[in-house]
Amino acid sequence: MSDIKNIKVPLTTEAVKDLKAGERVTISGVIYTARDAAHAKLLKALEAGEALPLELEGAVIYYVGPCPAKEGQIIGSCGPTTSYRMDSFAPTLINKGLKGMIGKGPRDEKVINAMKENNAVYFAAIGGAAAVIANAVKKAEVIAYPELGTEAVRRLEVEDFPCIVAIDSKGNNLYESGVEAYKQG
Amino acid sequence: MKEIKAAEITKEVKRLCVEAACDLPEDVEKLLREAQEKEESEFGCYSLEKVVENLELARKDMVPMCQDTGILVVYAELGEDVKVADSSLDDAINEGVRQAYVEHPLRKSVVTDPLFDRKNTGDNTPAIIYTEIVPGDKLKIQILPKGAGSENMGALKMLKPADGVEGVKEFIINTVVKAGGNPCPPVIVGVGIGGTMDKATMLSKKALGREVGERHPDVRYKALEEEILAEINKSGVGPQGLGGRVTALEVRIETFPTHIATLPVAVNLNCHAARHKEVIL
Repeated sequence: MSDIKNIKVPLTTEAVKDLKAGERVTISGVIYTARDAAHAKLLKALEAGEALPLELEGAVIYYVGPCPAKEGQIIGSCGPTTSYRMDSFAPTLINKGLKGMIGKGPRDEKVINAMKENNAVYFAAIGGAAAVIANAVKKAEVIAYPELGTEAVRRLEVEDFPCIVAIDSKGNNLYESGVEAYKQG
Repeated sequence: MKEIKAAEITKEVKRLCVEAACDLPEDVEKLLREAQEKEESEFGCYSLEKVVENLELARKDMVPMCQDTGILVVYAELGEDVKVADSSLDDAINEGVRQAYVEHPLRKSVVTDPLFDRKNTGDNTPAIIYTEIVPGDKLKIQILPKGAGSENMGALKMLKPADGVEGVKEFIINTVVKAGGNPCPPVIVGVGIGGTMDKATMLSKKALGREVGERHPDVRYKALEEEILAEINKSGVGPQGLGGRVTALEVRIETFPTHIATLPVAVNLNCHAARHKEVIL
């Protein structure tokens, strides 16, 4: 875990296959933000056969609802939100090309199965390190659903966004193995 | 009768909201630094280091330490000899919340109707306000901006009296361990035991506003707080739920007399950003 891997997004299948649960990474490139309300809208658009506001192929979605930017800031504090609330939506997006998700907390079996079938990866960002994470964002713009306010879909350009591979494309899960390793009695 | 103007309450609540979001109380920070000493897992140590770095940055730049600047839980203790002038106490408090969240870079996280509309109110109001009438001529206001990641992991169980101490322990520990990485561990565990269904949950929330290091006055509950904390920290959940020694920072139990037929237990979790501020007017 000591070596920190820098990875570029959008992600390729090869790059995803190379990532292992427990590895620390920094992420650079373009990622998209979406959380509860935006996911509901994205799925509705897919059902209606409409075009999505983002290219899913190779994309990474970050589960976050940022604070407003203070004067001089690119984005306000923007740490990860709890991911399981997006579990019912994620498999559909993964089947359509989504390669990575950034959030916090465990995922359900259906998400992990979709990740294994499609070579996708789940990164954990540090919950509560929102001000530090904001410094990794170099550009931010709302690209869809501005009416959702903090929940709008944003395109973020990030540089060295610190994360850990929490669940890899083989289904190795640090939320289980990490806890097991430190369990006593 | 002492008069406190609504505008003064509004001003103070506004200040508390901004301070709470950006400046973690020192006692909580001390707990996090102690956690750094105790933690053994590599990622656990790294994440705690980042959390502490984040606190320092948030305080220095006066930006929120967490993007979830919460729904406001407000405890008001209103002295019997105090009259709030110009508006109701609730209106004065909500106006303070509104001004803080509209004028400062704090996230507005409150929706109107919980089920059908879910439309953002745009100013983070209304706050959840609990007012208690107490003797005296002062008004004490404590605010807890409560994040939903940890709030969603709370639980209530109506135990049987026969379930006893073991039943209570098991329920609390299971609730925290089951929550895993979701509530941003290491967490503070608020517990309410006794009363009725509603009373137990209110006690569990109230416990989150307690000072760090304040233990239950009854030695038996104090021992239980310590025992449950030790057990939780054997679970391996660790910082961020990715494995480690420090899953919880404190367990705080509040109690109340109850009915002969029941033993309600509520658990309310707070993430490591255990924000709270208070003022006495």
